[in-house]
Amino acid sequence: MESTIIEVQYALDTFYFLMCAVLVMWMAAGFTMLESGLVRARNTVEILTKNVALYSIACLMYMIIGYNLMYGDGVNLYIPGISFFLGGDNTVEEVLASDGDIYYSNLSDFMFQVVFVATAMSIVSGAVAERMKLWAFLGFAVVLTGVIYPIQGYWSWGGGFLSEIGYSDYAGSGIVHLAGAAAALAGVLLLGPRKGKYGPDGKINGIPGSNLPLATLGMFILWMGWFGFNGGSELMVSNVNSANNVAKVFVNTNLAAAGGLVAALLLGRLMFGKADLTMALNGALAGLVSITAEPLAPAPLLSAVIGALGGIIVVFSIVGLDRLKIDDPVGAISVHGVVGVWGVLAVLLSNDEATLGGQLAGLAAIFLFVFVTSLIVWAVLKAAVGIRVSEEEEFSGLDMGECGMEAYPEFLSTRAD
Amino acid sequence: MKQITAIIKPYRLDDVRSALEQAGVQGLTITEVKGYGRQKGHTELYRGAEYKVDALPKVKLEVAVKDDELEMVTDAILASARSGKVGDGKIFVTALERVIRIRTGEVDEAAL
Repeated sequence: MESTIIEVQYALDTFYFLMCAVLVMWMAAGFTMLESGLVRARNTVEILTKNVALYSIACLMYMIIGYNLMYGDGVNLYIPGISFFLGGDNTVEEVLASDGDIYYSNLSDFMFQVVFVATAMSIVSGAVAERMKLWAFLGFAVVLTGVIYPIQGYWSWGGGFLSEIGYSDYAGSGIVHLAGAAAALAGVLLLGPRKGKYGPDGKINGIPGSNLPLATLGMFILWMGWFGFNGGSELMVSNVNSANNVAKVFVNTNLAAAGGLVAALLLGRLMFGKADLTMALNGALAGLVSITAEPLAPAPLLSAVIGALGGIIVVFSIVGLDRLKIDDPVGAISVHGVVGVWGVLAVLLSNDEATLGGQLAGLAAIFLFVFVTSLIVWAVLKAAVGIRVSEEEEFSGLDMGECGMEAYPEFLSTRAD
Repeated sequence: MKQITAIIKPYRLDDVRSALEQAGVQGLTITEVKGYGRQKGHTELYRGAEYKVDALPKVKLEVAVKDDELEMVTDAILASARSGKVGDGKIFVTALERVIRIRTGEVDEAAL
């Protein structure tokens, strides 16, 4: 190929990668708004703090060690190699000599991968909301983003044993979403439900979120960011085939979210008698998680159906987890975990190369590893510093207890008239 | 002088205000309040789990009137706030001992 064309392709694919990274980065804002809308007003500042801090911690930890664990040379197919900090980038000579095999900048790859780690950690944040100590949570974030997530990521995307046995997970229904949900579930089990969630007779009480406009905005931001999440995972846009693939991934991702939202809205109406907006929001996100493991192969109609099934699963899962006394204020474990499992299995509907055995092995490996290691880390944190705030602090709100400020402190308007 | 305190359904507020204006009422204090009476609360579903709405949103109006205006003002509130369904609210009338206008220091009926 002519060298100018190779260079332009390299530039275009790198640019595409970086723009997709920006879209996924923005999902951090989506999670932040979604979660702050679904918790009570007295826990708003704390959940905002958690989200901005976890994003930043994820970036630092992935730069220090996580990225190298996940994509460096491994010891064997199970154990990644340890090295620190980011390496250099490709030279013009290397790119030209590769004849198109090296087609994007190394650092653009880091940028794209780092925002996925942050997504996994954001999932944990919502599930443990309204009762967990801020600093215990941030301590966990260091370990998950630096070590736990990268190790299981190495097994598939880094070339480890899951990729060898044919586990197929395009953008990470399992690797990102199920992993985040497994860590969240471990935390919630050790943390217990929010005070007031269950009555003395075991009755399940609803605890309405404080700001549904914010939650809705958060859902739309996540939907938008998901185009980068799935679309960027094609990793290339600079020829007709990959451009067509990217377009199809966008279309399928969009339709899966739409299918999930409509299905959850209808099911909510049937089950509860009224249109439950929060279930509809979860339905859209469930549709997105459903299609993430295979957004390329299915026809658009099948994508909408896969998303719709995700939207149905998520409603039953949220109600079911409530009954099991697993209190998840935003439905993160259902959206990302239960539906993440569905997404990984849904690959079999359209991708002939995927096998049931490979998909099940991937699910088992990711869930068990992340769940068990997370449980250990949470348990250590619980024994060392405690993970739950005092009953009094929970009642008066984590905003004052953890951050010393309220989200909306002005009782009286200061407008002069 | 009397103080009229009326608890009404929030959606009747606009009608009650225009009725009071027509009855010549010059000043009004409006507060958003919550509470319950015979209407009691009700339960709603949030994400499939029940939650109780014990205290219902109401609007509280406070008007201070001269004794001879009392009947006309309470009639205006009754006519405009009534829907005929449970939860329409109540009117309380109490005696006012003293009224002072802060700006001028005028007292009682001159201050109304």
